[in-house]
Amino acid sequence: MIEGTLDIAPIAAPARASAVKRLMRHRLAVAALIVLAVLVIGSAGAPWLAPFDPEELDIANRYAAPFTGAHILGTDDLGRDVLTRLMYAGQISLSVGIAAMLVTVVIGFSIGAFAAYYSGWIGTLLMRLTDIMLCFPSVFLLLFVAAFVTPSLTSMSLMIGLTCWMEIARIVYSQILVLKSADFIAAAQMVGAPSWRIILRQILPNTLSPVLVAATLNTANAILLESYISFLGYGIQPPAASWGNMLTNAQSDFQVDPWLAVFPGIAITLAVSSFNFLGDGLRDALDPKIRDR
Amino acid sequence: MARFLISRLAQSVVLLLGVSIVGFMLMHLAPGGPLALYTLNPTVTAQDIERIKVQFGLDQPAYIQYLKWASGMATGNWGYSFFGGQQVREIVLDRVPATLLLMGSALALALVIGVTIGIVSAVRRNSIFDYASAIASMLALSLPTFWFGLLAIFVFAQTLGWLPAGGMVSTGGGGFIDRIEHLVLPVVVLALVLVAQWSRYTRSSMLEILDQDFMRTARSKGIASSRVLLNHGLRAALVPLVTLAGLQLPLLVGGALVAETVFSWPGMGLLFLSALSTRDYPVLMAILMVGAFVVILGNLLADIVVAFVDPRVKLGHD
Amino acid sequence: MNEPDTASSLLDVRGLEVSFGRAKAVDGISFDVRRGETLGLVGESGCGKSTTALALMRLLRDVRLGGEARLDGVDLLDLDEDSMRARRGADIAMIFQDPGTALHPMIRVGDQIVETLNAHIKLSRDEAHRRAVDLLRQVGIAAPEERFFAYPHEMSGGMCQRAMIAIAMACSPRLLIADEPTTALDVTVQAQILDLLRELTGGLGMGVILITHDLGVVAGMTDRVAVMYAGVIVETAPTTALFANPAHPYTRGLLHSIPKLDGGWDEPVPTIPGSVQGAMELSGCRFVPRCPRASEACKAVPALREIAEEHFVACWNAP
Repeated sequence: MIEGTLDIAPIAAPARASAVKRLMRHRLAVAALIVLAVLVIGSAGAPWLAPFDPEELDIANRYAAPFTGAHILGTDDLGRDVLTRLMYAGQISLSVGIAAMLVTVVIGFSIGAFAAYYSGWIGTLLMRLTDIMLCFPSVFLLLFVAAFVTPSLTSMSLMIGLTCWMEIARIVYSQILVLKSADFIAAAQMVGAPSWRIILRQILPNTLSPVLVAATLNTANAILLESYISFLGYGIQPPAASWGNMLTNAQSDFQVDPWLAVFPGIAITLAVSSFNFLGDGLRDALDPKIRDR
Repeated sequence: MARFLISRLAQSVVLLLGVSIVGFMLMHLAPGGPLALYTLNPTVTAQDIERIKVQFGLDQPAYIQYLKWASGMATGNWGYSFFGGQQVREIVLDRVPATLLLMGSALALALVIGVTIGIVSAVRRNSIFDYASAIASMLALSLPTFWFGLLAIFVFAQTLGWLPAGGMVSTGGGGFIDRIEHLVLPVVVLALVLVAQWSRYTRSSMLEILDQDFMRTARSKGIASSRVLLNHGLRAALVPLVTLAGLQLPLLVGGALVAETVFSWPGMGLLFLSALSTRDYPVLMAILMVGAFVVILGNLLADIVVAFVDPRVKLGHD
Repeated sequence: MNEPDTASSLLDVRGLEVSFGRAKAVDGISFDVRRGETLGLVGESGCGKSTTALALMRLLRDVRLGGEARLDGVDLLDLDEDSMRARRGADIAMIFQDPGTALHPMIRVGDQIVETLNAHIKLSRDEAHRRAVDLLRQVGIAAPEERFFAYPHEMSGGMCQRAMIAIAMACSPRLLIADEPTTALDVTVQAQILDLLRELTGGLGMGVILITHDLGVVAGMTDRVAVMYAGVIVETAPTTALFANPAHPYTRGLLHSIPKLDGGWDEPVPTIPGSVQGAMELSGCRFVPRCPRASEACKAVPALREIAEEHFVACWNAP
């Protein structure tokens, strides 16, 4: 047998490689799900699972180093247990991420679907609006709005949602446009299927998968944005903790106790990367055309 | 070709106008209005507020204010800062070069590294390198940029002392080397996310291209592999990549803001933050507009480059 | 089986196997192509004819090749990549099915020809340019000096295919593989392209492998034919003999399924029942599920045996 492998010039899909890749991706996505489950359970179950009370001060023990003594991840400048604070902060950061994602989906889907269905000047106007919003760097917009609004969980979610819906709107718009003129839709109409049935059975499922993928990735992005805004002081305000505002004093903390700045960042990275890997896995799993990407 | 250029230019102008309207509306919808700094300040009397309103022309109907402001922006009169009174144009434009330097360097670095990684990943797909770089990219995209910047400062500036902790230049001035030293950390931190994105974009773009018939034809002619890859493959992959670059600009500008925050880099981003704390609307609006302008200009340039590279676009074919 | 006259055998393929993972797309085929002759390679989609061509050109990726394929004595399957690359375009060339997508959309047509020339022959820029224009003229493209600077999307399908032929012929290869060169073209253009191919290759004494599923093309263009089914060759014969006395049940089925002009209007078009699905997994003759002549003997894989001069069949029950 002679090996005939060349580095460029693919032909028929080698079944073995794509299955391996899929499995690999799936394993990553599964791992991501597990990590997310741990984070969610840790945050939601904080009142029962956390080792200490989040407000409990232990001034004598401030800036305790992690992995030594009773406080697994150490204590902060007021002697509060870091792990406990991380768990409670997770409630806020994760909630904002998910809530913001829901806002983006609702707004994005509505605008995209509306524009695609009533194509004509309304549709064009809505899509132009989407284009305009896309020209603003979202961080700028978000900061601008956040500075003038009293920050709270709901307001943060709303604001992030209002600045990140555009991508979903575009996806939904183009998907529905394509589907509207697709052959199988025409076939359904010819057979006599009523509009609502077509929308429910044919259009919705086909738009759902790219939206699902985008929503997952949006959650990741929302968590990142919240952490940045809170870090700057325009987001969640202390004493309420979010992973972002736990980092606010990070710069000065580095002198005294660098660990304080490390753990919230790791928490953010874990959450965001889990959503990213999950979204990537979903994209592969839901796209029938992917061979061995 | 000329027709294409003119229509794209017109589209861009319309977009810019739309952006200005939306931006203006945002400013006036914010609680406290444009004079939040004063109206929310209990020591300022109602009379003072009235006086200030007239002074800044805020007593007039919204659309007139918009027209005045918009025409001012277009002609170079960007108004005066609420907080100090200097010409907004001067304040803002003063900071633009620093931001452009940061953005440009990061983009250049990211392109070189990211595109190379992407090409290698595509050519050696499903190899260890491919998997490793895919995972590394995902992780890099998930890192909070500001946190990564803080860590970088801690490690390289405070602990190891190799590089300065912030600013663009050492106090008391510095030479070329000094400026480069100050540029390294912010550029690397900003470029990390860009490298991750570019390697993924390039990889998927190249994979699509490698599957195309014309690549097989190129191979069948017996020309060198490198020529097939670059002259045929990359050339075709370039088109969607350039378009993507344009679409990525808002993220680049936003990322620059974050980097400037962490490294005290004296650019537009840092100015935005300080103007934010003083509710200095004219400055804020001007920066928003400049940011949007950069994005629109970038996309226009990307479309022009595509038109040049892809002969099908020039002549109006799809 | 009589040994073909190796002295005039340009391409000698023995036991060629092509495997992707565990699946064997081509399962031990043997054939030869002589100088100056056109061999037709016929079969339905998926039978492995294109895969055979790409295997000969060594253009397949992630694949295991077996057997040998000697071009003037040199085994193509055994060459290292550099040596093979030197031969591609210069000694063995290929033209593909869809000319619209086979040419690079962003490179001028003339430059794509020059590229091939420069890869194998040392030429000055002007010389290469002149040769390219000349090639365009030879393949029947009008105003070749202007067309040199055209892009593929500015040309019709037929013109693109002519350009591809120019690229393939640029270095006067000894063997040309044409993979369904006319399938994607209009019927009227098909005839022109085929005439062009015949004219160009005949004049140079080139060996040609013409891959097609269209028996009409085979009848008009080829000297000998090899019929493939599910990765194996089931019959080879001189063209006239094949059409006059098809021996293998599959070949007979193919020929009978061509609608005839003088047939009745209301006669049903004969078909070969069943499908080729799952044929690869069968032990024994792969055509058994669809064969009207299947018998106990067919549990063993039939080898090619000679039933007339140059006429070989892989079937226990033929003719």
